[in-house]
Amino acid sequence: MQKRFTNKSSTMRFRMVGHGDLLPAKQAASSSEGRPAMEGEVRFYLMGERAAVLASRAPASLPCQRRIWWIADRLHGDAGLIDIVPGMNNLTLIFDPLSVDGKALLDRLRALWLQAGQAEETSREVSIPVSYGGTDGPDLGEVSHHTGLNEEEVIARHSGAEYVVYFLGFQPGFAYLGGLPESLVTPRRAEPRLAVPAGSVGIGGSQTGIYPTVTPGGWQIIGRTEVPLFAPSLCTPTLLLPGDRVQFIPVAADRA
Amino acid sequence: MLEILRPGVQTTVQDLGRQGLRHLGIAVSGALDRPALRLANRLVGNPEGAAGLEIVIGPVVIRFHRAGFLALTGADFDGTLDDAPVRSGWRQGVRAGQVLTLHGCRQGMRAYLAVDGGIDVPPVLGSRATDIKAGFGGHQGRALRAGDHLNQGEPVPLKGRIGCRLPVWSPALRSIPGPEYDEFSPESRDIFWNSEWAVSPQSNRMGYRLQGEPLIREAGDDLLSHGVLPGVVQVPPNGQPIVLLADAQTTGGYPRIAVVIEADLWKLAQARPGARLRFACCTEADAVQALQQSRDKLDLFEQEAYGHRSECGRG
Repeated sequence: MQKRFTNKSSTMRFRMVGHGDLLPAKQAASSSEGRPAMEGEVRFYLMGERAAVLASRAPASLPCQRRIWWIADRLHGDAGLIDIVPGMNNLTLIFDPLSVDGKALLDRLRALWLQAGQAEETSREVSIPVSYGGTDGPDLGEVSHHTGLNEEEVIARHSGAEYVVYFLGFQPGFAYLGGLPESLVTPRRAEPRLAVPAGSVGIGGSQTGIYPTVTPGGWQIIGRTEVPLFAPSLCTPTLLLPGDRVQFIPVAADRA
Repeated sequence: MLEILRPGVQTTVQDLGRQGLRHLGIAVSGALDRPALRLANRLVGNPEGAAGLEIVIGPVVIRFHRAGFLALTGADFDGTLDDAPVRSGWRQGVRAGQVLTLHGCRQGMRAYLAVDGGIDVPPVLGSRATDIKAGFGGHQGRALRAGDHLNQGEPVPLKGRIGCRLPVWSPALRSIPGPEYDEFSPESRDIFWNSEWAVSPQSNRMGYRLQGEPLIREAGDDLLSHGVLPGVVQVPPNGQPIVLLADAQTTGGYPRIAVVIEADLWKLAQARPGARLRFACCTEADAVQALQQSRDKLDLFEQEAYGHRSECGRG
């Protein structure tokens, strides 16, 4: 397993990763891991004339996401496919409708879903240093108030958990992370901020994540990292990729 | 080289966008009226994916520092090159030092300016399109300001004036029912297809917000975040549809009542705030045929322009 703070990978491919040993007991028990999934558990449909979608019915699970990464990897490089976009337990293929038949693509997706297997163990672990609270995390007090935990406990639980990148979306390099402890769930702010600074670490409902660039946002901001999450000049422009395991490391603020 | 003297409301460098990176959260960006950029590029002999300027309403004033050619497409602007009128849809020669002024537009709201050789800004992640939201690509990742200078690519050998009729705008957006279409009430589905939708002033390159009678989703669970693309019509809880465009985020979670077909997306780019639009139901097969026809029209234009047929204007 590699630890890193910067992204040196030059590949654009999805990496096949395994997380079997990290599954919370609850998820593992209810998952369909180890046996082929029934097709009834997922929908296959066209979205307009140039997108084909595979979508699992809720609730979201990591084993299902692993199948989606596996399928995404198989499809990489297929002629006529413009974009392969994993979502939360779903996969959207954007294609050129003048060269690809959408219905045939749906058939291919169905076939891949039925044969989708376990992914290889090539997981990366990414440690992200975070300065919690103060001006870097102006909503830490609010999260503490809402959860009934003191601020130190919020920091300990947030940084004590291990997260998995399910997919990237919303803005370049923004990772949807699974694994926020239930005790930290806090509603979004009533009034979204007009500009959340880049690197802000926040909690929004049952999700946590990092804003890669300045953006309006309604999450409770509890800290900030100096690690760049998006650098358009790099060959792989985002620090995080689907399948990465993420850990937040508390550090003292080194800014004035 | 081009020198921006007045940038107008929002002038950006755009090409056909950044493809293949949506799994990293990177939007496609690029021209909102893609056929217009393609046509402008073809008029000045560029590859159709070369970078040009997307200009939103005027007045815009640009000085040319190199002799060459320009073409304007998209919105029908009232323009002059020094004192002589400039017509949209035509290739026009330019002398070094001449000043192009675009006043207002008679129809539409986004014009595309192509110059021979294209706008030569450094490509970022495979495209010269400006991603204004994330702040990269184009010219310094932002809309142009007075005083900005833009390089042009190698000139292409061209002769004479040449032009073509611009497509006629209509308010009908051909659309395919979306994945959650059946979960909307029968009344809402009826309203969706049979009423007029006003373009909200809050519309931008991310999406067009439409105003009308609210659409009610009767059934269905909360959706998990999923990939979206330009043309997807989302319906947030307030029931007012949003049509996603080139700068839209790559994933979303709102129910999708329909998807506007690619061949009609340009109509949104040219619809001003307050304009009234309607949705017209079609099939995937209709959509593919419409897209093929719009590409064929460009090919036909080029044969006419550069072959020896004379229906498309030569002056």
